[in-house]
Amino acid sequence: MIVLEKRPQPSKAWSYATPLVAVVATMVFGGLLFAILGKNPIEAIGTIFWEPLFGEFAFYYRPQLLVKGAPLVLIAIGLSLGFRAGIWNIGAEGQYIMGTIFGAGAGLAFYPMEAWFIFPIMIFAGAFGGWLWATIPAFLKVRFGTNEILVSLMLVYVAEQFLASVSLGLLKNPEGFGFPGSRNLQSYESAHNAELIAGSGMHWGVVAAFIAVIFSYVLLNRHMLGFHIRLTGEAPRAAKFAGVNPARLILFCLGLSGALAGLAGMFEVSGPSGVVSIDFNVGYGFTAIIVAFLGRLHPVGILLAGGLMALTYIGGEIAQSQLGLPAAAIQVFQGMLLFFLLAFDLLTNYRIRAARSEVA
Amino acid sequence: MTTPLLSLQGLTKAYPGVVANDQVSFDIGEGEVHALLGENGAGKSTLVKMIYGLVKPDSGTMLLRGQNFAPPEPRAARSDGIAMVFQHFSLFDALNVAENIALGMENPPPMGDLASRIREVSETYGLPLDPYRTVGDLSAGERQRVEIIRCLLQDPKLLIMDEPTSVLTPQEVNILFETLNKLRSEGTSILYISHKLEEIRTLCDHATILRLGKNVGECIPAETSARDMAEMMVGSTLQTPERSGRDFGEVALDVSGLSVPSPSEFGTALRNVHLTVRKGEVLGIGGVAGNGQDELLGVLSGEIQTPADAIKFNGQAIGMLGPTARRKIGVLTAPEERLGHAAAPDMSLTENALLTGSVREGLESSGFLKWNETKQFAEKIIDAFDVRTPGPENAARSLSGGNLQKFVIGREVLQNPDVLVVNQPTWGVDAAAAASIRQAILDLAAKGTAVVCISQDLDELMEISDSFAALNEGRLSAPREATGLTVDEIGLMMGGAHGMEVAHV
Repeated sequence: MIVLEKRPQPSKAWSYATPLVAVVATMVFGGLLFAILGKNPIEAIGTIFWEPLFGEFAFYYRPQLLVKGAPLVLIAIGLSLGFRAGIWNIGAEGQYIMGTIFGAGAGLAFYPMEAWFIFPIMIFAGAFGGWLWATIPAFLKVRFGTNEILVSLMLVYVAEQFLASVSLGLLKNPEGFGFPGSRNLQSYESAHNAELIAGSGMHWGVVAAFIAVIFSYVLLNRHMLGFHIRLTGEAPRAAKFAGVNPARLILFCLGLSGALAGLAGMFEVSGPSGVVSIDFNVGYGFTAIIVAFLGRLHPVGILLAGGLMALTYIGGEIAQSQLGLPAAAIQVFQGMLLFFLLAFDLLTNYRIRAARSEVA
Repeated sequence: MTTPLLSLQGLTKAYPGVVANDQVSFDIGEGEVHALLGENGAGKSTLVKMIYGLVKPDSGTMLLRGQNFAPPEPRAARSDGIAMVFQHFSLFDALNVAENIALGMENPPPMGDLASRIREVSETYGLPLDPYRTVGDLSAGERQRVEIIRCLLQDPKLLIMDEPTSVLTPQEVNILFETLNKLRSEGTSILYISHKLEEIRTLCDHATILRLGKNVGECIPAETSARDMAEMMVGSTLQTPERSGRDFGEVALDVSGLSVPSPSEFGTALRNVHLTVRKGEVLGIGGVAGNGQDELLGVLSGEIQTPADAIKFNGQAIGMLGPTARRKIGVLTAPEERLGHAAAPDMSLTENALLTGSVREGLESSGFLKWNETKQFAEKIIDAFDVRTPGPENAARSLSGGNLQKFVIGREVLQNPDVLVVNQPTWGVDAAAAASIRQAILDLAAKGTAVVCISQDLDELMEISDSFAALNEGRLSAPREATGLTVDEIGLMMGGAHGMEVAHV
């Protein structure tokens, strides 16, 4: 018989190895899935992981990695701080939408004026929108003890209604021939989050994501606040004993993750997307949860995980169009990644041992 | 020679990294009160778990009245007449006594019959208990009675009691002993686990002493001095903490008229607590667990805030200050629960040193952490308090209870507090470590720190306290000078017998 035995302390080696093992297991079982669907598994896996980076059209796909990875990393960094403290913001998608609406709204309010300060104002407004949306569950939790998981998740659907409303009303392009959706911010220079180097995919959102990674790393490892965040997650009672004010921490963590999600939305709408539309959000806020865990809630890990996730997105699209894999199969593939990660996670705290002839 | 009731032969049980029991053999005779004596971690619990069928031995055999006995689970042990009263009760607060007892039975009789049987047994053995009272309202001693009656209803041949007196006042202990004596006179054998030597000397017929999992000796307790037994238990000569007579300074900590509602549903509210501690004085606070100890510590540490005036430090009102602000002015605390309250289990010792040390040791500057200094502080604690660990980078949970406790106490002591409040400073700690912790507390007091020591170990309190008070249902008795207090007086301060009666033998 096999037994699990608790390690005296978490294994450092396994905590680094599990994401890699999870990726390998995902490739194996994903390949199996693709084989059952009648595709050549090696070709399919190769398409997903190789094609975007080194394939024939890599010059087109590589910038896409940055474009898709940046919002994931930006949101996941914010979420990871809360997750570390045991504060579960599941509604980043809604905060992302609100950041989009506020950011784009602020920019469009100045249309057609051209000025240098418009883009900074939009950044601020986007962060504010996300912050505001995340502060609702934070406030309700602090004041009435509501569950932030439920409240933040529900607010995603409220935000989606807002998005539909402004796409059809407040922010609708007056010159859009009645079609839903806002003016294209890409053609409004002061509000356009353009690529910093043409063709590189590098826009301000990517810069913000890198800054967030560094900021989060410093916060968690070098600052008292980061220590308190980790302490609260590890042992809430010890945190209280250490002098942490739980209410303030909840407001900070949820607020910051909301602000970062809002920023991600704002950079997306003013850059790669350009238009506020009913179907603007594509699930970055939810995928970022996977990214945060895949990256072990560690800033550098999240950076790598964001890249990996973006790769499976892009590779998945290629596999869909070239090999005719169904979209659902790609989603299952991405889901497997989180599943295996959580499963192998057990090995950081436990070791597997063949049991001797005893029944304890 | 008559066949013993239970004979243990070469019982061995190993856990990863530690041999909990190594070739342990002894016999328990019919109608004998047999003491199992040993320090924390000596392997007493593992041994009785094997007898009770909770743990299966790696090797060795047990004979019950000459028959091979290897219970695969507690149910089998119970049907063979083994009953056990655990140190930690497994009772549901929201249910009444009879319901709790019925839950532990295979085929509970109708509630009315059960209640009358509970009454019958409780009267026979001098353990008065109303079957319809809600367990949440009972005192610790009364809860223990529920557990004992639950066992007695099975008509056991062997009753195992794990540290039964740790939750009792001295008066309640006497009552319990009357009950146990009556059981013995009826032929029931009792395996009595304890590390309290005087109790064993009064009660037990025979004692087996365990040290580091091995049977290191047997004795007739009534004929052996407590000191000899202690040395067998510890394996070396005991150091008793030294205290020098000293003068007390001005009042450092002054709590007056403090009332705090219970922070949780089955917690204890503090009611009109008054206490003063002078510089250099050690105030010992006794009392049975669950009478407001955790709440009192929380109030003094700043985790629970109170009206500002209720707590004064050197005349300054500090009731509204949180833990960090109190540390800054020199009021430090060490809670009872090591893992999860005083220390974060999965964090390293360095990080745990930071947990309370950041303010006074200057381990941060404008919010940024000084990891080098923190590591040095952790190493200083490890050196000064002889904490056995490979180094400060190890997780708190990898340390043994005693070592972690030394770390947790050392962390506060080394910060030179003006007031130090400790709760159960030597709980679950081996004798040598306990002695060094007590010595550290006394040394600190000698340097002028006002110390409040909350503990359930009366011997410990008598050893280190200058004055003594007891908590009972959230009320603190008026503090009295510790020298000259008799056990009876202490017992009365702790709430006496809580209305219990002596068994009518």
